[in-house]
Amino acid sequence: MATIVAEATGQAILHEEHEQSFLRKYIFSTDHKVIAIQFLIYTLFFLMIGGLLAMLMRYQIAWPARGELPLGGIFPESMVASGYILPEFYNALVTMHGSVMVFLAIMPMLVGVWANYLIPLQLGTHDMAFPRLNMLSFWAMVPAGILTLASFFVVGGAAGAGWTLYAPLSARPDLTGVGLGQILWLAALVFIGLSSILGSVNYITTTINMRAPGMTWMRMPLTIWSLFITAILALLAMPVLSAAGIMLIFDQTIGTSFFLPEGGGQPLLWQHLFWFFGHPEVYILILPAMGFTSEILSVGSRKPVFGYKAMVLALVSIAFLGFIVWGHHMFQSGMNPMLGLTFTVSTLFIAVPSAIKTFNWMGTMWRGNLQLHSAMLFAIGFVAMFAIGGLSGVFMASTPVDIYIHDTYFIVAHIHYVLFGGSLFALFGAIYFWYPKMFGRMMNETMGKIHFWLTFVFFNLVFFPMHGVGMVGMMRRIYDSTGYAHLQGIEDTNAIITWAAFGLFASGFLFAFNFFWSLKKGRKAEANPWNATTLEWQTPSPPKHGNWEEIPVVYHGPHEYSHPDVEDKDWLAQNERPDVVSPAAGSH
Amino acid sequence: MDWALPPNYSTFGVVIDQLFWIILVITGIAFLLVEGGIVWFCIKYRGREGARAHYTHGSNRLEIIWTVIPAIIIAVLGAYSALVWDDIKGSSNRPADALEFLVVGKQFEWNITYPGVDETLGTADDFTVRNQFHFPVNEDITILLESEDVIHSFFIPELRVKQDAVPGMTIPVWFDATQTGNFEIACAELCGLGHYYMMASVTVHSAADFDAWQASQAPAAAQ
Repeated sequence: MATIVAEATGQAILHEEHEQSFLRKYIFSTDHKVIAIQFLIYTLFFLMIGGLLAMLMRYQIAWPARGELPLGGIFPESMVASGYILPEFYNALVTMHGSVMVFLAIMPMLVGVWANYLIPLQLGTHDMAFPRLNMLSFWAMVPAGILTLASFFVVGGAAGAGWTLYAPLSARPDLTGVGLGQILWLAALVFIGLSSILGSVNYITTTINMRAPGMTWMRMPLTIWSLFITAILALLAMPVLSAAGIMLIFDQTIGTSFFLPEGGGQPLLWQHLFWFFGHPEVYILILPAMGFTSEILSVGSRKPVFGYKAMVLALVSIAFLGFIVWGHHMFQSGMNPMLGLTFTVSTLFIAVPSAIKTFNWMGTMWRGNLQLHSAMLFAIGFVAMFAIGGLSGVFMASTPVDIYIHDTYFIVAHIHYVLFGGSLFALFGAIYFWYPKMFGRMMNETMGKIHFWLTFVFFNLVFFPMHGVGMVGMMRRIYDSTGYAHLQGIEDTNAIITWAAFGLFASGFLFAFNFFWSLKKGRKAEANPWNATTLEWQTPSPPKHGNWEEIPVVYHGPHEYSHPDVEDKDWLAQNERPDVVSPAAGSH
Repeated sequence: MDWALPPNYSTFGVVIDQLFWIILVITGIAFLLVEGGIVWFCIKYRGREGARAHYTHGSNRLEIIWTVIPAIIIAVLGAYSALVWDDIKGSSNRPADALEFLVVGKQFEWNITYPGVDETLGTADDFTVRNQFHFPVNEDITILLESEDVIHSFFIPELRVKQDAVPGMTIPVWFDATQTGNFEIACAELCGLGHYYMMASVTVHSAADFDAWQASQAPAAAQ
C-alpha cells in the first residue's frame, strides 16, 4: 500500500500534514483518499464473504437432499452436520447474505468509497469539510463488521429472520432459536447507521460549501449530483432504520412490545418503518451507480452526457418519489388494500425517470466514438442489466400481478438485476476507471475484459432463469423445494443456476487478482489516462495529500468531449479555457 | 421445464394472468428496443482511429418524447391495475354471501376451521382439521386469515391467491375456484426453521362431494 499516498508536499494545506506517523497516515487517517481506500478494502472483503454465503445457499437449493457439502467438515456441527447444511444455518445464510451485501458491501462501496474519493477531487477542494467525522465514519464500520462476523459463532448462530427482519420472527428468540446472533446484527446495524449518517453530513456540507471557483451546481459532474442526492436520502432514511433497530432490540431484550401483538404492538409497524427506510435505501444503492455510469459512458463515448439537465432532474425526482413508494413492498402484507392503490401509482411513476435515464445513456452512446475498455464495458453492461431490472419491476408494481409473484424467485431475479447487474456492474466499472487515479497504476485490460465477459455471461445464467423459477411459483427462502407438487420439474434449472453461480463467484477472484497484482505490477498511470475532463484527472495520479498545488478554476460543464472548436484533442478539461486551448473557440 | 405460470383455476386469476402477459408484451418490446439499441450502437459506433464523436448536449424534443410516452403507458397500466386490484382485494367488492372458513397459521402448519353443515362459523358444529383444506367448486369462498405466532403467507399458486397472515390481525381473503382438483397451500413468508415444509393439502370438491366430506368429518370432530 506504499503507493497509495505520495509523500506530502511542502505546501502546507492541512495541519496534519507535517511528519505524519504511519498510524496517522494509513490507519487513523483523515485524508479522504486514504479513507476511501480503507472503505474499498473493507467492502471488497465483505463482498467476498457475502458471495461465499450465497454459494453455500445455492448448494443447498440445487441439491437439498444430497448432503456431501464440499469441505463441510470445517463447519461446526451447529451449521453443517455430516455434510448437510442445517435449516437453521440455511436461514442464517439467506439472512446474512442479504444483510452483508446490502449493508457491508454494496452500500459502503458505492458511498463510503466513492463519495469520499470523488467529492473533494471532482469539486476541486483539498479534503472533506469534516475530516475527523470522516475518519469516524470508517471506523464505525469496523465494529459493525466484527459484530457481524462474530454473530455466526455465538450460540444459536447468526440472524435468521431474513434481511428484512420481519417481526415477530425477528423479535422472539423462542420462535427461531436465534437470540444473541440477532441482537449482534441489530447492533451492527446501529453502527452502520452511525457511519452512514456521519458520512452523509460530510458529503452534503462539502458539496454545498467547498466547490472550486466556477463550479456552479449545473457544472458538477453527474457523479457528484448522484452522490449528493444519495447523501440526502441516507441522512433522512438511516435514522429511521437505526431507531427501528433499537426498538427491535428492546422488544427482544427488555420486554417492550413495539412489534409484538401480545403486548399491544403491531407487526406491520416494523414493516412500515423498515420499508420507509428500505425503499429510499434501494435508491441509495442505485443512484451513485447511475452517476458512475453516466460519467464513464461520457468519457468512453467521447461525447457530452446526453441531456445533462434531464439527468439531474431525473435524479431529483427519483429521490423524491423514492420516499413515497415504500408500501409497494407490502401489497400482500395485510395493510389496507386502499393504500395499495396509491402506492401502485407512485411506484409506476418512478419508472418514468428511470426510463429517461436509460434513454439518455443510449443517447450518450449514439454517434459516439466508443472506447470499449473494461470500465466502459461494465458501464454499458450496467445500462443493459439495469433495463431488465427496471422492466421486471413493472410486473410487481402492478398489484394484481404482484399477488402471484410476490415472495417468489421472480422478486429475487428482479432485485439482483438491479443490485448486481446494476449497482455492482457500475462499481466494477468505477474501480477499473478510477483505479489509476487511486493507485497510480493501470489495472490489466486483458484480465479486465475477461472478467467482464465471465461476469456478464454467468450473471445472466444465474439470474435470468430465476424469472422462470418464480413464474412456476417457487417461494423465496425455502430450504428445500422438492416437497411441493407445483415445484416439480425445476430441479435442473436450479442446478444450472447453482453451477453458474459458482462460475460467477470464481470470476470474482480474477478481478481480485487483477486488483492486487496491478498494485505492484500494473503499468504506471499518467495523470489523465482516459483523456477525461473532470477535475480529478487534472492532478497527478495518485493525488498528493491536499489534492492540489493550487485550487483549479472551472470554466464550463463537466463533459466537454469532441467540442468542434477544440482541434488538436477531443476533450476540454473543466479548468481549461476554450479560448486558450484553441484561440478561435468562443466560451461555451 | 417450461417457464410458465401454473394453470389457473380461479375466477380472478384469469385477469391476473392476462395482465401478466400484457406487461410481458409491453416490457418485451421495451427490452428489445433497449438491448437491441445498445448492441447496435456498440457495433456501429465502435471507436476507430481518427474518428470523432458527434458533439451534442441532447435534445429537448427527444426528452419530451421519451418522458411522455412511458408516462402514458404507465398511467394506463396503473389505472387498469388499480381497477383489477380493487375488484380482487377491495373490501367493498368482497362477495357478501361467501362460505366462510377460519384459517390459522402457526409454526409450521395450517389449521382450517370449517363452518359445518349450518355454514356458519362460531357455532357448535364447527370443526378444525390440520393441514387439510376442503371446499366446494364454483362458490365464493372467504377465509378469515390469522396467525398464532409469526407472519406466514397463505399461497395457493393455482388459485392466484396470496395473503400474509399477521398475528393480531384477522384478514379476510376471498376466491372462487373454477375446477375441482388437488392443490397445496404453501407458506410464502419466511417463518422459521420449518418454513419450507409448512404445507397443507387443498381439495376442491363438487358441491355434493363437499357436503358429503363435511358430513363425514363433523361427527369425528364432535367427539
